[in-house]
Parts: sequence; C-alpha cells; structure tokens
Amino acid sequence: MATGKAGRTVRKRGILYYLKRDWRLYLLVMVPIACVIIFKYAAYPGLRMAFMDYKPAKGYSGSEWVGFETFRKIFTDADFIRAIKNSIVFNLLDLIVGFPAPIILALLLNELRYPRFKKVSQTILYLPHFLSWVIVASVAYTLLKPETGLVNVWLMNIGVIDKGIPFLTDKLYWAVSYLLIAVWQNMGWGTIIYLAAMTSINVELYESAHLDGANRLQNIWYITLPGIKSTTITLLIMNLGRIMGSNFERLESFGNVQVKEFQYQLAIYIYEKGLAAGNFSRATAVGLFSSLVGLILVILSDRFAKSLGEEGLI
Amino acid sequence: MILSKGSSHRKISVNIADIVIVIIITLLCLTCILPFVHIAAKSISSNTMVLSKSVYLVPKEVTFSAYLSIFRDGTLTNSMVYTVYMTAIFTVFGMIVTICGAYPTTKKRLKGRNFFTYVMLFTLYFSAGLIPEYLLMKKLGLLNTMWVLVLPLMFSPYNMLIMKSYLQSTIHESLEESAFLDGATDFQILFRIVLPLSKPIIATLSLFYAVGRWNAYADARYYITKRALQPIQLILSNMVLSSSVDAISLHESAEVKSTPEVIQAATIMFATLPIICIYPFIQKYFVKGIMIGAIKG
Repeated sequence: MATGKAGRTVRKRGILYYLKRDWRLYLLVMVPIACVIIFKYAAYPGLRMAFMDYKPAKGYSGSEWVGFETFRKIFTDADFIRAIKNSIVFNLLDLIVGFPAPIILALLLNELRYPRFKKVSQTILYLPHFLSWVIVASVAYTLLKPETGLVNVWLMNIGVIDKGIPFLTDKLYWAVSYLLIAVWQNMGWGTIIYLAAMTSINVELYESAHLDGANRLQNIWYITLPGIKSTTITLLIMNLGRIMGSNFERLESFGNVQVKEFQYQLAIYIYEKGLAAGNFSRATAVGLFSSLVGLILVILSDRFAKSLGEEGLI
Repeated sequence: MILSKGSSHRKISVNIADIVIVIIITLLCLTCILPFVHIAAKSISSNTMVLSKSVYLVPKEVTFSAYLSIFRDGTLTNSMVYTVYMTAIFTVFGMIVTICGAYPTTKKRLKGRNFFTYVMLFTLYFSAGLIPEYLLMKKLGLLNTMWVLVLPLMFSPYNMLIMKSYLQSTIHESLEESAFLDGATDFQILFRIVLPLSKPIIATLSLFYAVGRWNAYADARYYITKRALQPIQLILSNMVLSSSVDAISLHESAEVKSTPEVIQAATIMFATLPIICIYPFIQKYFVKGIMIGAIKG
C-alpha cells in the first residue's frame, strides 16, 4: 500500500485515485446510503399525489393533475382544521406540563443525600420509558375505569367521591389524563440529561457558597439552574421544533368514541382519511404540509439556538 | 461507593428538606411500581375476588387459570416467539448498517464524507409521510411480510450519530492512521481495532434497536394485516381497542374460565413482564447512550 504514503503529497488527485485507495470505505458507506435511498428517498416522488387527484386503480400516469386544489380543499375541511388545532394545542400543553417536570425531578434527585436510595429510585423512575404506549394505555384503562378501576374504587372507599370519575372517557378528564400520563412516562427518563449537566458543575462553587452561608434554595437558584441553562435552552428549542408532530401510537391507544373530539389529531386524520378511507391525495397533502412546517420549525429553532450562542441541532 | 458523590463534602445532618425530598421521590417511585403490582395481583386472583373489587395489591384466592387460557389460546405466545425472532434479526441488521455508516464517515481522508453524512441525516428532518411510504412498501412487495418491520427502520440516523461520536471520541485517529500506513486495510482496522474497542457502544445501540423495535407497532398497524405476522404489541393493541375498554377476547377454543377483568390483567402482565424483568439490567446502557448522544447535541 505505497499509495497511502503518496496521499500526503500536495498534488491534486483525481476521483479515481480516491476510489481506488478507499474503495473499502466507499463500499461500506454504500450500505446505509442504499438503505435510505431504497426505503426513504424512493418515497419522495410519491408526494406528487398531493397535487393530483390520485386514483389507486389508475396509478400516477392515469390520474389527473389538479395543482393546489387538494390543499385548498383541506384548508376548508372542518376535520383537518380540528385535527391541526388539536395537534398544536396538545403539543403546546405537552410542552408546558411536560417540559419542566424532568427539571424539577432532576433538582430533587440532585439534592438527595443517600446515594443508594438515589440509585434505586432512579432505576424505578426509568421504568415507564421502557414500556410501549399500548401497555401504558392498557394499564391506565385498568386503573382508571369508572366502576372497577383501582383509583376510583379507592377514592370511593375513602369517601372522597360517590361516583367513579370517567378519567379516560370524558373529554376534559381525558385531556388531563392524556397529558399527565405522558409526564409520568417521560419524567424519570428526562432527568438523565439534566443530572449529567448538574454533575459537570464545579463543586467549588457550592463550597464557596456554603462558606458564604447560602442555603439550599439559593444554591439551586444561583448555581444549579444557571449551570443547566444551556442544556435546558437546547432541549426547549428542540421541543419547539416538534410542535406539529403527533404520535400515532399514543393517540390510538388512548382513543375511544367519547373523546374523539380531542383525540382527533394529525396522525389520526392521516391514517383515517388515507389508509382507512383511501383518500390518498388528501392524506399525502396533509402529510406534506406537516412535514414542511416541521422542517421549517426545525431550521428556525436551529438558527435561534445558534443566535443565542448555543450549540445548534443540525 | 457510599462515600462517592458530593454528599461527603457536606455535613450530614438530616433536616426537613431532606425528608420532604425523600417522601416525594418515594411517592413518585410508587406510582411507577404499584400499577403493575395491582395488575399482577389481579391477574392471579379468583374471579369472585376481582369482581367484588377486593383485590388491591395482594392477590386473593390465587389461581393461574387466566395465564393457562392465554397459553391454550396460543395467539399471544406465538406472537411473542415471532416478535423475539423479528427483533433479533432487526437488531443484527441495524447494527451492521449503523457501523457501515458510522465508521467510514469518521475518516477525514474519505472524500465526500460530509455529503454522505448529509444524505443519511436528511431523512431525520423530512419524511415523505404515511401514504407515499405505504405505496413504496407496496411496490417493493413488502406488505404483509416480516421484512417490512425490519428493512425500512434498520438504518437509524440517530443511532448512527451516537456511534459516530463514540468512535470520534474514543478511538484515536493516529492509532488507525499508523495501522493504515503499516499496510493494514480498512477492513482489517475495522475488525481488529475499531470493533473490539467499540463493544460498549455496540451493546448500547443494540439495546436501543431491540427495545425500540419491541415497543413500536404503528408500522405494523399500517403494513401488516395478516395476524400471524403481527408483533405482540399490535396484537395487544387490537385486543384492547376491540374490547371497547371492557373485555379482552380470546379464541373460544381457549376455554376461558376467567372473567374479562382477569384475562385483561393477565394479558397486560404477559406482554409487560419481559421488559420489566430485563430493564433494570439494561437501563445503564441506555443512560450511557443518551450521554454520548447529548455530547453531540
């Protein structure tokens, strides 16, 4: 392999030279490239369905081009308006309720003085993260059923309520349960990044604060929170970029007839209009719209993070 | 171990704040454990005890008949075996593709490595959406096959980024470069130097792939209608959804002697137990992976 040494000379080399020298590397990298091309990029041409009146029986060539007609239709479609409204509202609520929870929990864990207790409780708090949405939902249904669910039975036994609360079958209760269960699932796991950021805070800061007579809350406010500020901002911006997303598994497994009004979000809309009802053009247009908005949000939040002097995402 | 962490620096004196913190954490931990204790207790209690709502956290009149019905019915057990098999294949394929993507793109001398990285990562930010991907799977002939659950997701940009930043931070380029100058081929370097040094990250990412695949079922809902090819999470989802919250239906041949309540509890436990049993041992790998991913940002 004398060519390896020759690579150090200044002379410009042709592409054949590099192909010959590094063909093994190119061969390796072609495996994932082929994967994304075959299974991801090859789906992009299908996006033209959004601009067609696509009929599965006729295929692409037989279907008619309609320009932006489908988009005009979806923006006057009451179902779509409801789905996008729900998606945005519930994602914002997820952010408001769910974002601070791991930070608070991480602060508490960081203040724990018993290493073994801390370790065991961390392990336990991570558990919900490892469960699928359908398991989380079926556990929730079992516990929260109005008549036989443990929570309602217990509340009735101690006399707080006379009648079971429909936690998952009344839309307002459902909204609260839906949000809090996600908090429960992600809270423990979300602490990892914050705890890591907290361990990198200089211990001397706490020691000198201790000498100055600072109490715990002051320590948290003046040392710990500033210490995790950049992590927090990065994560917050990352989450803002996902405001259009919606998780089909979560929505589907918590769905039932009584709560359809709130549960009807973009992922459900696309699934029901597209795969279930066969309205491919409309579902593709909605998918394209939300992908584009998502992409723009990610780019904007990346710019925003960088302008604040934080590390970007892309 | 006991002397570790910052606690040794501070004066150990228990005050109210400590007690409050311990109580809050304990309560939160209980919310993570008690639901499963309750459902486990229900699943092995007798019908009458469950119907009279007297089972809380301790099983009463213990019987395993619900589990026996599940085994006799066979749907869930078959699906469990199939899902383990499919997850194993997915994990192996996923790791191979991830290494193939991460190793070359850490090489500064590889022309076009930024372009390749970009091509691989773009799919993170823009996806074609459900319908175009569905039609693609149809065209590729993958609908209603196990492979539709394996091939499209086996390349994970996120896992590749973690692998890449691990390789960049732990394996010195000088080490590889000197092996290269000594005449070792990239394959030899990969198999003799890089992979042996990457065992921890390979373990971590394999678990990411395995647990992710085990828990996901939306793609199976879209692409697979044949019951025999559905992963266990989808079967469970069908049971829960079709039962309209109240009952889980097993096949008649299962000779169900338990009430829907008990069967439902046993079904949930059956699908949950594997994860509950292994997660305490694997969670530390996950934590490690999250940290490496976080450094990259």
